[in-house]
Amino acid sequence: MGRKILTGLVTVPGIRSFPVYRGEGGYMSVEKALCEMTPIDIIKEVTKSGLRGRGGAGFPTGLKWSFLDRKPDKPHYLVCNADESEPGTFKDRFLMENMPHLLIEGLIISSFALGANTCYIYVRGEFKYIIGLLNKAIREAYENKFLGENILGTGYSLDIFVHPGAGAYICGEETALLESLKGKRGNPRIKPPFPAYKGLYDCPTVVNNVETIATVGPIIIMGGEEYASIGKGKSTGTKLISACGNINNPGVYEIELGLPVEDFIYSQEYCGGIRDGKRLKAVVAGGSSVPVLPADLILSTPQGQKRLITFESMQEGGFDSGTMLGSGGFIVYNEDQCMVRNTWNFTRFYRHESCGQCSPCREGTGWMEKVLYRIEHGKGKVSDIDLLVSVANKIEGNTICPLGDAAAWPVASAIRHFRHEFEYHIEHPEICNRMDHGKLIEQPAASIKYR
Amino acid sequence: MINHHLYKKEGVNVAFSSKILEKVRLIIKRYPDGKQKSALLPILHIAQEESGGYLNVEIMDYVASLLEIQPIEVYEVATFYTMFNLEKTGTYLIEVCRTGPCAISGGEHILDYLEKKLNIKTGETTSDGLFTLKTTECLGACGNAPVMQVNTEYYEFLSNEKIDLILDTLKKMANGNKPEGSRWVEKF
Repeated sequence: MGRKILTGLVTVPGIRSFPVYRGEGGYMSVEKALCEMTPIDIIKEVTKSGLRGRGGAGFPTGLKWSFLDRKPDKPHYLVCNADESEPGTFKDRFLMENMPHLLIEGLIISSFALGANTCYIYVRGEFKYIIGLLNKAIREAYENKFLGENILGTGYSLDIFVHPGAGAYICGEETALLESLKGKRGNPRIKPPFPAYKGLYDCPTVVNNVETIATVGPIIIMGGEEYASIGKGKSTGTKLISACGNINNPGVYEIELGLPVEDFIYSQEYCGGIRDGKRLKAVVAGGSSVPVLPADLILSTPQGQKRLITFESMQEGGFDSGTMLGSGGFIVYNEDQCMVRNTWNFTRFYRHESCGQCSPCREGTGWMEKVLYRIEHGKGKVSDIDLLVSVANKIEGNTICPLGDAAAWPVASAIRHFRHEFEYHIEHPEICNRMDHGKLIEQPAASIKYR
Repeated sequence: MINHHLYKKEGVNVAFSSKILEKVRLIIKRYPDGKQKSALLPILHIAQEESGGYLNVEIMDYVASLLEIQPIEVYEVATFYTMFNLEKTGTYLIEVCRTGPCAISGGEHILDYLEKKLNIKTGETTSDGLFTLKTTECLGACGNAPVMQVNTEYYEFLSNEKIDLILDTLKKMANGNKPEGSRWVEKF
């Protein structure tokens, strides 16, 4: 059993409500941070903890905070990114739904550390009921004087507002999110200037993921050093992993970073193995954007060591044989799934969600989708496979925001690891008429190792 | 995506009730002075719900006047975000998630079943005007796949039997009022 820093109290009945949460020791971190620490102390503690952004990029949070332009001539803002829309990722929803006060606690401490007096939580619009839940929790915090004017008599004031999105994946990108928060289309912009200098309303702004912020409270209580002692190497602490697909127990699990992928997928404590006694074929380990890996490569690194759930171990082998931890959204595929169909599905998603600003992404995602559609539906040509690789290569790195890369990587990695499935579709168009034709694809014995 | 209905007025008068206007004023106050445009997304959610599930030109112009911005600033936002409907939908807008995790967990079969059951194709509305069937991209509930949303409520762990039950319940509810606390204006 790993330590449960974020989810330890989830099973306490009524933990969503302020009195119960407070009774379990809630908001003690706010008292400690605001009454006993300076903003610089807090940033130092978070830096010491080694906490890295939980939204996908894994950037050190303390370092991000230290970039904030602290000149007092403009207001500072903290924006909490709760636009969770990466396919396979549903950890922030879990946290907001079950532990809303843990998030608010983190927001108060973080805002205090950053000198922000206003904080916005940007929640994806589809999470309407979570917006209601958050607003209820915020009201409770105001009633108990943890928000508003002069919190705990320290003279520090903070307002938190919930802002709904409206169904745009791209608004999870921080500059697009800030545009959206201004009431505009969610078009990302070129960085620099980084939001730490020019963010919301051209003021210094920090944008952090829900899970990142929620971890700040526990770090203040336990101390950065102790938090850093959990985990492995530069991947410190615990992380929420959302697991879905063909497994026995889909759900959100808090793990200590460094847990072997194999233990995560097969142990009864977590995913509980592959459903219906099937074999494991592939895993997308960090939300749909990261490269897909076949069973043998996700369970062990190219050097034959166990692959661990850490930022570093996931990347081992580069893009040839590695992937990324990303947001920690595990999508698990059994032997019956068709990788061509899945790649087409994801590409359609990215075509739909491309904001349309950059030509490589706007045109490239649509082009890849059409080519993948025809391969999947039995109309593909042999040259299509190289065409896909070529288009993906031309999108990657040539767009303002990472959506272009996110659209290119799943295609490139699926062809890299499952090229024979693409070829099989082209050579056997007759199988393509069935929706679930994945099980009909013959796998050459040497090319793929099921587990 | 821009459809030309956008430029045709329906000739209806729209205005929020005083209770909603009060809420709108509170929402605008959350943003700094002069940044009232920030309130556009929350207010469009309210506007869409109050005007029967879609945004017509009149309601968008009305929202523009409330926020003291140009109508085009509302149109460009309404056409960008997928949650805003520019055309009339059925009483219940059913949106089935079709993205990867749902698709490999039976989401495609759920869509098939709904098409057969409602006797319409995806994108169409039933002749009684009760149901519109659409697909949507990831709803962020992949652990509970397959998932769909009806208007803005989530329905998870779907199966054919569950779909039967949901459709029956919705039909019975069609003439009643919305359940307490489910409206956007109550969420803020």
